[in-house]
Amino acid sequence: MFSLLSPDMAVYLALAVPVFGFLGIMLADKYPNIREGVTLITGVITLYMALTIFVAVGAGQEPGFEFLEILPGLSLSFKVEPLGAMFGILGSGLWIVNSLFSIGYMRGSQANNQTRFYMCFAIAIMAALGIAYAANLLTFFVFYEILTLSTFPLVTHNQNEAAKKGGSVYLGILLGTSIGLLLPAIILTWITTGTTGFALGGILASSVEANDPVVSVLLILFAFGIGKAALMPIHPWLPNAMVAPTPVSAFLHAVAVVKAGVFGVLKVAIYIFGIDFLSMGSAADFIMWIAAFTILASSMIAMSQDNLKARLAYSTVSQLSYVTLGAMLATSMGAMGGGMQIAMHAVGKMTLFMCAGAIYIKTHKLLISEMAGLGRVMPVTFGAFFIGAMSIIGLPPLAGAWPKFLLMIGSADAGHRLLLFVLALSSILNVIYLLSIPLKAFYFSDNGKDGVGAGPQGRVQWGNLKEAPFFCVMPPVLTAIGCVILFFLAGSLYDYLLPIMEVK
Amino acid sequence: MIHFPGLEHLPALPVIIPLIAAPFTIVMRPGRTPWLWATLVSWVTFACTLLLLEVVWHGGPTEYKMGGWAAPLGITYYIDLANALVMMLVAAMAAVVFPYAYFSVKSEIARAQSPAFYTAMIICLTGLLGVAATGDAFNVFVFLEISSLSTYALVAMGARRDRRALTAAFNYLVMGTIGATFYVIGLGLLYQATGTLNMLDLHERLAGQDNKVVEAGFAFIVTGIGLKLAMVPLHLWLPNAYGFAPSAVTAFLAATATKVQIYLMVRFIYTVFGFEFPFLEVALNAFLILGIVGMFYASFVAVFRDNVKQMLAYSSVAQIGYMLLGISFGTVDGLTASFVHIFNHALIKAALFMGVGCVVLRIGSSQLTAFRGLARRMPWTTWALVLSGLSLIGVPPTVGFISKFKLMEAAFQTTTLIPPLLVVLLIGASSLLAAVYVGRLIYTMVLEQPPENAPAIKEAPHAMRVALWIMVIANIYFFFFTDLTVGVATQAAEALMCSQAGCGGAY
Repeated sequence: MFSLLSPDMAVYLALAVPVFGFLGIMLADKYPNIREGVTLITGVITLYMALTIFVAVGAGQEPGFEFLEILPGLSLSFKVEPLGAMFGILGSGLWIVNSLFSIGYMRGSQANNQTRFYMCFAIAIMAALGIAYAANLLTFFVFYEILTLSTFPLVTHNQNEAAKKGGSVYLGILLGTSIGLLLPAIILTWITTGTTGFALGGILASSVEANDPVVSVLLILFAFGIGKAALMPIHPWLPNAMVAPTPVSAFLHAVAVVKAGVFGVLKVAIYIFGIDFLSMGSAADFIMWIAAFTILASSMIAMSQDNLKARLAYSTVSQLSYVTLGAMLATSMGAMGGGMQIAMHAVGKMTLFMCAGAIYIKTHKLLISEMAGLGRVMPVTFGAFFIGAMSIIGLPPLAGAWPKFLLMIGSADAGHRLLLFVLALSSILNVIYLLSIPLKAFYFSDNGKDGVGAGPQGRVQWGNLKEAPFFCVMPPVLTAIGCVILFFLAGSLYDYLLPIMEVK
Repeated sequence: MIHFPGLEHLPALPVIIPLIAAPFTIVMRPGRTPWLWATLVSWVTFACTLLLLEVVWHGGPTEYKMGGWAAPLGITYYIDLANALVMMLVAAMAAVVFPYAYFSVKSEIARAQSPAFYTAMIICLTGLLGVAATGDAFNVFVFLEISSLSTYALVAMGARRDRRALTAAFNYLVMGTIGATFYVIGLGLLYQATGTLNMLDLHERLAGQDNKVVEAGFAFIVTGIGLKLAMVPLHLWLPNAYGFAPSAVTAFLAATATKVQIYLMVRFIYTVFGFEFPFLEVALNAFLILGIVGMFYASFVAVFRDNVKQMLAYSSVAQIGYMLLGISFGTVDGLTASFVHIFNHALIKAALFMGVGCVVLRIGSSQLTAFRGLARRMPWTTWALVLSGLSLIGVPPTVGFISKFKLMEAAFQTTTLIPPLLVVLLIGASSLLAAVYVGRLIYTMVLEQPPENAPAIKEAPHAMRVALWIMVIANIYFFFFTDLTVGVATQAAEALMCSQAGCGGAY
């Protein structure tokens, strides 16, 4: 099935196709149907490329190519390993789902500048794939910056005062941390080791001792420099980015941008430092506790948010730090848990965001306090939300259960019992702030205001549904089903990711 | 290589051609003719400098004796990779800015003045190329004044649009003359100590000399050039001069004038004085401190400027800080980073000022408010400004990234007064200030709405847009292909620093 083109060629095309999609969308400016058609076709072709790569990597290959050597010894080149292949398939697959949702949402809200919206999306997905397939830190950095810049017009899409303010925080923090901290980290790695290439087992081990101060400096620069991982205190860009239209929040701030960040942290931990090397020194502990703090603190903040998107944003900040935590545990189970969390959380959180978008499109409601009884007229939307929330919390039989489980094993392996408590407490907090939403929607009543939820409590009014347009409801249902399916596929994904834990 | 007749005169040609061409310009009929002539001259000169760079790159440094007179008596042009690169850069900027200038000059300068304007531009080009080419320290002074005097006149020509150009030009004249005087005083002291003005001779005879006369000469020369290149406490002339000069002049000067002075500073520090000179360390430490102060102070001022030309002018002062920082490391890597940034910053600032020039032409103002909603009104200009602005911050894939990378790489490998990691973080932090003021500009252009009663305007003329976009594309091209910039700069830095016993470090 996948023998039509070589994996190397597929890497090339996976990056080139979105660029052609970008041009196609630009040319189809005046014809919305053709424009969205181009987006979907581009998405399907890109997904096919990502699948080809995924299969090849699963067979033990390392597809990739060198694009250009821009400075002596520093090149733009690509080499795919299991983690990147997984991220690539996640990004390109969910892009299609999100494009369907965008069609419903953007047409439903009669947004302006829709062509620019889809163009920027195509570039963003190209950048995300570039990050996934990067063979060295330089390539990673270049695509990281392209991702920041291409998503900026999306975040500020509404062009009102709130968008400008949110956009400036977004761009300021992401550009600032990347140029101010990540770039020095990359250069310091380059000077210390003479390479920036990702290699299994790490590249630092051969140059410096594990408890050398330079290792701590590097780790801190990387952990805070990759601002997209939203470790506290550099997380404010994420809640601020919620001024964007919901499809942007759904895809970029649940999948592409934030996952590019934690993917970067995980990749640096595994392929630059090396798990064994990290576990020998004490540098990782500091970042690990900051991640643990972020998990709890942002869960607490999430509880106090009445705006649904803001609550989901803080929930994302919290969930992202699970990945950072997994990387910093410096055990193989921790890394595996982090890798799984990237995929599982993406699917779950995207469901939640798309549901929030569907609610907004139909009712223009943003505040959770106004959603009482809404579940009885939008049962499909809130049903999907319920499944997504359960998955994020980590209840079986939903996908989110596995990473939590693995992270707990990892914490125990690393000998940090306190972390077990942190993870358990966080799950309880998740239950409170996520499950309260569908609970409110299904079981509470707004006493007949607005004419919704007026029926008998706890009874869905099947004859009187007020669901959002088809294209807004179908995508979250798809991802909710995905949450269930991924629970049963977790074993295969575990086996697939196993090579990242084989040191040397 | 093909042998052209007269190729042996190649090192002199880039200076001689514009020098001879300039007087003809003044007698031309006002209007299009002087512009066409100036453009032609700039292209021919550019071709010569390219050829020269090619020759020096493959054949090593060349020497040219003016009128056949040998070194201590006559004037010698001594061209190695460092000059060849700077000369090529200056001529390239002229070759792009001169064609661009026509419409901008037509609207900003009286028609009757146009022959004088282009004459002054060509003379300025001559002077800058002469400073870069010559191997004679006094000849440097002559060309320095040739370029400076024509620059004063060019800045003053901005008076038709804004009378404040006159005071800016006068201020520049006074400061520039003080700088030149300091330079000559310093040179006089060196002449007294050595009896020669040829740079290579000076180096030989200065070896082992460490007395008050030489030290005073060194201090006068460094301060004089520091004034000319707008090193931080001596930068006060620059923002107004750049802010009120005609747009084409600003674009040309910002890309070339200070760059040549930086080159001159490097030439004096490494070729004339050299590492054996014990007083050098004082200057390098001063560069380190002043460079960092400049990076922050000027960027900070730029953030609060409401006139885009002045904002970019302050940004230039800040960027000079990066170049001084590179020099102050006293390593081959540091000097390479400086040369790379000289080249890249010329591309960046030329593009930015040319973009602003397009706006001034169409809207008639360079105030930030004039840029509101520009993305709808002048999309080509806007996106050119956005891309070159990102290059100024140092975002890949633009040349600014290469500059930042090389500079941070060099900073990590030095031992200076300040810990390397701190220097690197300071470089990063000052880039953020650049992000703030560039961000302000981009915000105004892209996210704000045009004024309610704004008249419909056309995009800038094709000639300007093409020139502008050539610069923008160069900003991206030289990210991917760094042979010319990093390759030549590394060799040039090695040649400058490894002349005597191995590659030395100042510390």
